[in-house]
Amino acid sequence: MNKPIIEVSNLGKCYRLGELGAKSLRDELTQLAGRLKGNRAPERNRITDFWAVRDVSFQVKKGDVIGIIGKNGAGKSTLLKLLSRITEPTEGEAFIRGRVASLLEVGTGFHPELTGRDNIYLSGTILGMSRREIKERFDEIVSFAGIEKHIDTPVKRYSSGMYVRLGFAVAAHLNSEILLVDEVLAVGDVTYRKQCIEKMKSLAKEGRTIFFVSHQLDVLSNLCPRSIRLHKGELTGEGDTEDLIQDYLKKDDDSNSSSDSIWEGSEGDDIAKIESVKLKANDVPSDNVDIDLPIDVEIGYRCLKDSARLNASVILNNSLGAKVFSSPNLPSAISSEDQWGYQPHSKGTYVSRMTIPANFLNDGLYSCDICLSTDASHTNSYIESAVSFTVHDTGSMRKEFQHAWWGILRPKMHWKTEKTD
Amino acid sequence: MMSDINPNFEIHIRKRKGLIPFDIQELKRYKDLLVLLLYRDFSSRYKQTVLGPAWYVIQPLIQTLVFTVIFGKVAQMPTDGLPPLLFYLAGLLAWNYHATVLQATGNTFQVNANLFGKVYFPRLIVPFSATISQLIGWVIQFFTFVVIYTYYMTMTPFGKEAVISWNALFLPLIIIQAGMIGLGTGFWLSALTAKYRDLQHIQQFLVQIWMYITPLVYPLSMIPEKWQWLAILNPMSMVVESLKVCLLNAGSFNLQYMLLSLLVTFLLFFSGLVLFGKVERTFVDTV
Repeated sequence: MNKPIIEVSNLGKCYRLGELGAKSLRDELTQLAGRLKGNRAPERNRITDFWAVRDVSFQVKKGDVIGIIGKNGAGKSTLLKLLSRITEPTEGEAFIRGRVASLLEVGTGFHPELTGRDNIYLSGTILGMSRREIKERFDEIVSFAGIEKHIDTPVKRYSSGMYVRLGFAVAAHLNSEILLVDEVLAVGDVTYRKQCIEKMKSLAKEGRTIFFVSHQLDVLSNLCPRSIRLHKGELTGEGDTEDLIQDYLKKDDDSNSSSDSIWEGSEGDDIAKIESVKLKANDVPSDNVDIDLPIDVEIGYRCLKDSARLNASVILNNSLGAKVFSSPNLPSAISSEDQWGYQPHSKGTYVSRMTIPANFLNDGLYSCDICLSTDASHTNSYIESAVSFTVHDTGSMRKEFQHAWWGILRPKMHWKTEKTD
Repeated sequence: MMSDINPNFEIHIRKRKGLIPFDIQELKRYKDLLVLLLYRDFSSRYKQTVLGPAWYVIQPLIQTLVFTVIFGKVAQMPTDGLPPLLFYLAGLLAWNYHATVLQATGNTFQVNANLFGKVYFPRLIVPFSATISQLIGWVIQFFTFVVIYTYYMTMTPFGKEAVISWNALFLPLIIIQAGMIGLGTGFWLSALTAKYRDLQHIQQFLVQIWMYITPLVYPLSMIPEKWQWLAILNPMSMVVESLKVCLLNAGSFNLQYMLLSLLVTFLLFFSGLVLFGKVERTFVDTV
């Protein structure tokens, strides 16, 4: 069969804001009474259309593992809900050629009073398996969850860890060709998450088609070779996950920068403006940096008012959106001498350069917010994700250890061991 | 492993049109879910209760005693010549199944909002399984009735005249009708409470008022003949009345009334089904 396993054409979902949520009959009656009297509906009840997903078309081949990348509110969850038939599209259509299992939460349909055994059957059938299929895989599910001893205990007595493991175990052993997964991996401890990712990988190897939504870009790039990108409900990219993630970390689409490593513009107030931000490695603008090279962030700004005490700041974010550090150019907060930081400026243009040392960040994606302030209190300009870059592992620290390197940072630390007996 | 899957199996996602809200093939594929939901209802309902299923015996007995005292002794209402206890117990046998189905299915969307928001399966399975699982209570109640009936047959003068007729075999059909009325109303209430949440408070009153306009604590024959058709528009009237005809050889049976009652039942059930199917499609958006 050569037809794609998922075929989506012009799919759209419109929510009517102002009408969202179940209303009380009383509201409706007052509104009706108002309309009869000739008043227009009150402002807050005015209905506006909001397209959570619009005009989305794509195809997925059997066995593909596809990630969905997008910010909050980009329509990722709505798309997943449409494909799993939880809600109906407003326009367009989609064909799904195979059984679908949607894993939008762990432990779907679990009943607290029932035992683990009963819940495996209940949750499995709710997710679309037959009893016979569950029976065939029952032992596998139990041993994957590691709850052999508690299989006849009501799940309300389970620890949250056991509950989550059992829920995922049921979902992971579903006999369906297509899996729609939403952030299921976000819960649980590190070992469990690793187990989940391994399981997903082995499912992918078996030829299942997996659709995966996650905010954790590292998980996405680890699991999905291909992705689609949504932005404000529309499909804005399709292809290699790494490329799309880089694209995603860039400033918003209306950015006027040509590359991730350079931002140019003029943002600020009548005291000072930021005019450029550049990322440099080896003095060359670059958004791909080796882990054992220092990275320079150059901030070009213009002072418009004499004797303003200006200083620039760099706020570094990792790919999960966590703030790794922030460094303001203030005399007491830097490791060098700076002639201009927090000193009265005269009118003119300046360039501040901050250096992130080599062997300090872990590998992965980072982005810099840039801030310019007066008197260390008034913000003249704040540019979110002005520049972004990827740190690549060159292997210089990996002569001995080969596996995933935990942590947001990967600094070389000072170590000393003494024999004590 | 996947040999049982038809290679031409295809799900077509689009805005559905038309009145028929369900796909029989799909319902068949989910028959195991129906079984497990029944099992869930049955095994979880009486966890952490003292008396468990005994409530099915106690509750109608208390209701019957209350009716016997208030309507039989105090208000001196006629009971078609039957011992009041049997008269009320038979009425409740028909009524309680209807009422419990209505209460178990009348808020399907709100109660299952979380589950419905996370996974797709034919939503109809939920009210259907609730309707079937209420049968357990009905069977227990039926045995209570049989015990008390046997007592009256053997130990009291009533037994000398009473005969068990073949009509008793119609009992399953009567109960199916009672279930359809309860489920049909449950569909309507579910669909309406999905949109107007305050309607869930009405359910309680509806059941109460409906019980008193149904010839349950009084016989249909008490209503003047020219107004009886009005009482028959309430489909539960004929359910209660014909159950007494079948089991106790008392009460009035009239084919025209029965047909009218069936017509109303089918209208209620299928209109409810269509409405339920319509709300089901986008209910999740309004949670």
